[in-house]
Amino acid sequence: MNQQLRSFFGSLASSARDLLPLVLVIAFFQIVVLQQPVPELGSMLVGLLLVVLGLTFFIQGLELGLFPFGEALAFGFAQKGSIAWLVVFAFALGFATTIAEPALIAVAEEAAEVAAASGVIAQDDDAMEDYALGLRLTVALAVGFAIVIGAIRILMGWPIHYLIVGGYIGVVVMTAFAPEEIIGVAYDSGGVTTSTVTVPLVAALGVGLASSIEGRNPMTDGFGLIAFASLTPMIFVMVYGLWI
Amino acid sequence: MDLNALLGELLTTTVGTVLDVTPIMAVIFGFQWLVLRKPIANPAMALRGFVFVILGLALFLVGLELALFPIGKVMAQQLTAPEFIMEGAGHHLERPIRWYDYGWVYLFAAAVGFASTIAEPALIAVAIKASSVSGGTISVWGLRVAVAIGAAAGISLGSFRIVTGTPLHYYIIAGYIVIVVQTLFAPRRIIALAYDSGGVTTSTVTVPLVAALGLGLASSVPGRSPLIDGFGMIAFACLFPIMTVMGYAMLGSVLERRLKRKH
Repeated sequence: MNQQLRSFFGSLASSARDLLPLVLVIAFFQIVVLQQPVPELGSMLVGLLLVVLGLTFFIQGLELGLFPFGEALAFGFAQKGSIAWLVVFAFALGFATTIAEPALIAVAEEAAEVAAASGVIAQDDDAMEDYALGLRLTVALAVGFAIVIGAIRILMGWPIHYLIVGGYIGVVVMTAFAPEEIIGVAYDSGGVTTSTVTVPLVAALGVGLASSIEGRNPMTDGFGLIAFASLTPMIFVMVYGLWI
Repeated sequence: MDLNALLGELLTTTVGTVLDVTPIMAVIFGFQWLVLRKPIANPAMALRGFVFVILGLALFLVGLELALFPIGKVMAQQLTAPEFIMEGAGHHLERPIRWYDYGWVYLFAAAVGFASTIAEPALIAVAIKASSVSGGTISVWGLRVAVAIGAAAGISLGSFRIVTGTPLHYYIIAGYIVIVVQTLFAPRRIIALAYDSGGVTTSTVTVPLVAALGLGLASSVPGRSPLIDGFGMIAFACLFPIMTVMGYAMLGSVLERRLKRKH
């Protein structure tokens, strides 16, 4: 128990260190640059304590739950040897984690406002809601597709840079054709898809797959799933913009 | 803030987090039970892990909402407000505000980009994984600092872009060209990880702060519209870490070669 307690305090200290730069930056700009008092020091300290505690629990939970579980799933699929099931799983995982992503919901709503303001869609709530939902579905499809491609890449051992450069070319070509209002939304949609729970799970899955297939290197082949998931939404959203 | 309100906030955030992760859990447990049909190796430990992840995330979000987000967002508005920019230029601006009057904004963008990336849980997760897979040749802190420098550069340049109103896609395409050239020279083992590090930077901590900054800039700089010009910051924050992580690995291999030559 004593040792467990000590390791818990050790992780608390390292979480506090992770947070320290952000606290310093905010304090510097508040006190030195804007020259304003720090509001409600009490609730701020409580908040910081919660952040540090939360980060500590999250990291412990990763090591106990998400990482081993993600790897066990990958081993399971490698053992089963069914590519079809792996593809279905990869798509379901990508789609399900994205459709409910709060950051994506926020961006989709903003994008609907842009579209309504620039006259692409009608300026009423129904049209905006439809547009936002369509956008979310598009991004979720894109991420599902990305995880499928990424998983197949690990199985086949394709070098990642050909696929990524291909994706870049796709983005550039689509930028030339897509309507101007959608470009900013499309570029940002790549970044908001990968949430804090999805990232560790997908990383464990990729590394697990690469280490359970002979001839694959977990370092060169295991990573890259997240990269696809942040690239395909850009292309898909621009296609959506053309099609609307 | 009183204890009851805090507990209430904690409860709603926990429920919200559970709802957010429900689809993920449904997929992974569904496949585990229905397709793979294999018992989980250590169900009690796995369950504890998942509870820790959800609880940790909820505490993290409530704490950020309480301590850092409000002040960070207000700060972004104050720093981008025209009055503050005028004052910084010494009250005697007879000419219109130029891009170089926004010095504090660029510095704030870089500092917040760096600091929020260091605190980003998803990046910590990937760094832990990369360090264990690489047998320690990629250090957790080395990777995190490299990504954070990239995010800082990206968000700072993103603010510059909003201030000047230059088209987003020129920057992105130029960034792609740099990345493609770097890919030719970077050590092979880093490439996949570098591409991944773009997507993991923008998560729980970074997105709200950076979005507030982008929105503040786009609504206060004359001639910009928050609806059109507010976008693009996240894309920048995703792009630049790819460059800095490859740069970090290239620097590492150059130093290694030099060390070998000495011996």
